[in-house]
Amino acid sequence: MDAAAAQLLGAGMAAIGIGMAAIGVGLIFGLFLLGALRNPAAAASQQPQLLFGFAVTEALGIFAFLVALILLFVV
Amino acid sequence: MAGPLEQFEIQPLYPIEVAGYDLSFTNASAWMIFALLVTWGFLFFGMRKSELVPGRWQSAVEGLYEFVHGMVDTNIGPKGKKYVPFIFSLFIFILIANLAGLFPYAFTVTSHIAVTFAFAAFIFFMCVLIGLAKHGFRFFSLFLPAGTPWFLWILVIPIEMISFLSRPITLSVRLFANMTAGHILLKIFIGFVVSLGVAGGIWSVVGILPFAMTVALFGLELIVAVVQAYVFALLTTVYLNDSINLHH
Repeated sequence: MDAAAAQLLGAGMAAIGIGMAAIGVGLIFGLFLLGALRNPAAAASQQPQLLFGFAVTEALGIFAFLVALILLFVV
Repeated sequence: MAGPLEQFEIQPLYPIEVAGYDLSFTNASAWMIFALLVTWGFLFFGMRKSELVPGRWQSAVEGLYEFVHGMVDTNIGPKGKKYVPFIFSLFIFILIANLAGLFPYAFTVTSHIAVTFAFAAFIFFMCVLIGLAKHGFRFFSLFLPAGTPWFLWILVIPIEMISFLSRPITLSVRLFANMTAGHILLKIFIGFVVSLGVAGGIWSVVGILPFAMTVALFGLELIVAVVQAYVFALLTTVYLNDSINLHH
């Protein structure tokens, strides 16, 4: 396999990591809704926590995205 | 038709060259100045006739300020009061740059890693300097969360250091990636509308589907633009809180 093909394959594989982060982000919002529906009064005060958790989880998907970008454009 | 990545191209509007460096006034600079002017206009004309009972515009300005102030207050506490102007400027600039980028033919300033990384690097070094100035070498206890058992130190300290050092990268790439990906997606769906419309006959009718999708995506991008500006400002306050209050 030549190097260019391997780069493209690697970039595609890095997309798996983005999908994994998507699972995590989905879990965060799903579990927040689960909690928010049980106790709607407390939901609004936890909104910043929700977005913070979302941002931190998304960061790991961003690393995978960076790997793809580096493979495609930098290496 | 223009490719999906063409919208991110930087074109010099007024070429300037100083000592071999290209310092041209580009479309990116123009849109940054636009964001600055919109911010200034929004704040200045909103507060020009400040009244005790605010009108609509003044309430919008005050509401935005209260929002940022509340965010800083809950995350940092009373010590964070002097950082409110910084967070507010950051938030409103990114918000307006994001929103302005949604207009057709507009240039999205925040879709460039150079711009977002400049913000993130500035914030990172600011946090480190504030932390060192306030706490001296005790600042490095940030890498060891209180109550960690001693046999986990060898594991926890490198993890905390990596997560601390990766902050500017994630902060900048999050904004840049969200903006870039969203605009590419929009451009691709708009391209479908045009190519189906040109195809003629039954295909022109089918073109309504990607058009509807484009409208929905614009709604989504509107939310993303606001949420990403908010997340950027929120994470900045959280990082500042680590430097100011050390142990949270």
